[in-house]
Amino acid sequence: MNLQVMENLFNLFVRNVFTENMVFAYFLGMCSFLAVSKTVKTSVGLGIAVIFVITVTVPVNWLMENYLLKAGALKWLGPSFENVDLSFLSFLLFIAVIAAIVQLIEMVVEKAAPALYNALGIFLPLIAVNCAVLGAALFMQEREYGTIAEATVYGFGAGFGWALAIVVLAAIREKLKYSNIPAPLRGLGLAFILTGLLAIAFMGFSGIKI
Amino acid sequence: MKNLKLLINPLNNENPITVQVLGICSALAVTVQMKPAIVMALSVTVVTAFSNLIISLGRNTIPPRIRIIIQLVVVAFLVIVVDQILKAYVYDVSKKLSVFVGLIITNCILMGRLEAFAMSNKPWESFLDGIGNGAGYGLILIALSTMRELLGSGSLMGYQVIPESIYNLGYKDNGMMILPPMALITVGVIIWIQRSYNRKLIEK
Repeated sequence: MNLQVMENLFNLFVRNVFTENMVFAYFLGMCSFLAVSKTVKTSVGLGIAVIFVITVTVPVNWLMENYLLKAGALKWLGPSFENVDLSFLSFLLFIAVIAAIVQLIEMVVEKAAPALYNALGIFLPLIAVNCAVLGAALFMQEREYGTIAEATVYGFGAGFGWALAIVVLAAIREKLKYSNIPAPLRGLGLAFILTGLLAIAFMGFSGIKI
Repeated sequence: MKNLKLLINPLNNENPITVQVLGICSALAVTVQMKPAIVMALSVTVVTAFSNLIISLGRNTIPPRIRIIIQLVVVAFLVIVVDQILKAYVYDVSKKLSVFVGLIITNCILMGRLEAFAMSNKPWESFLDGIGNGAGYGLILIALSTMRELLGSGSLMGYQVIPESIYNLGYKDNGMMILPPMALITVGVIIWIQRSYNRKLIEK
């Protein structure tokens, strides 16, 4: 791998962690983001699980997209398949791949690393319906990444950005437990406003050209 | 009477967005203008109602161990139908919604209602629950997009409502409202307003 490719991949990673952060720029994975971010400990666990799942599912879905779904992707089966376009099936296939991989990861982790399995607990199966995971697959399709390395780095960056965001919010919310907040704003209301302020802060990164 | 409650409750006391914390992602991303927000609200209502109905019809035959995959497949099927209809009839709006129509599949309102309601209730009640929750979601979407479009670009549904003379006096559109972070802060304010009227929703 030459230097320029490496540089490209690194830029892709940094861009997806900061300027195109899943939570603060696209609002994906918000539901679990707001519901689970009450303590730092659980949000670290969920964050790691999400990084893991996105890093695995994006490249697999990239293969699906390029060898099965895209117009002309079935060329490898023979010349008569050249005009087949299955892209209308992408939602169905992507979500099936994600659900299957989450199930598979759950079984492997349970056998191979029981300690990690206990730490992640219920979060692992719940990730199947985290919109950040499907969102990453759909963005991968929309942006048409050229190689599987790019898709993998994109997945890792997107997952890392999500994990970073949830840990930051959880840390702030832990501190806020001891503050005197107007009663109707307590809990969910303030979590929304905090996320908004964090998102404005993250917009500062968007001026950076990489 | 009980059925009426299924329709009314999700509008306020059990609102999917402000109380159950479901379906936030799409609610924030599609509310810059009213038109996409209304289309999105209708799509979600249709998908929620019919997936609730289908899952509720099969609730006694679906094996519990693989129910999540079955639920996802039913939802994905309905979403593909909606997506194709949108592409055929309102192409420009469908372009604006981009990946968010696809993301209805993982909209937590769907999974949440399927798990919490449709798996243990009769088809007709589940259908009404789906409509109610879709409407509750739509209500917040419309409130949010009205505020954002009016303050952010001075128009509603794409028509200019703030007259030119006011701009000439020095009034300016608030560009912040169009930016994504303001959607979150606006929802925070909506929750604040709702809870100060409906005090039993206040968290300890």
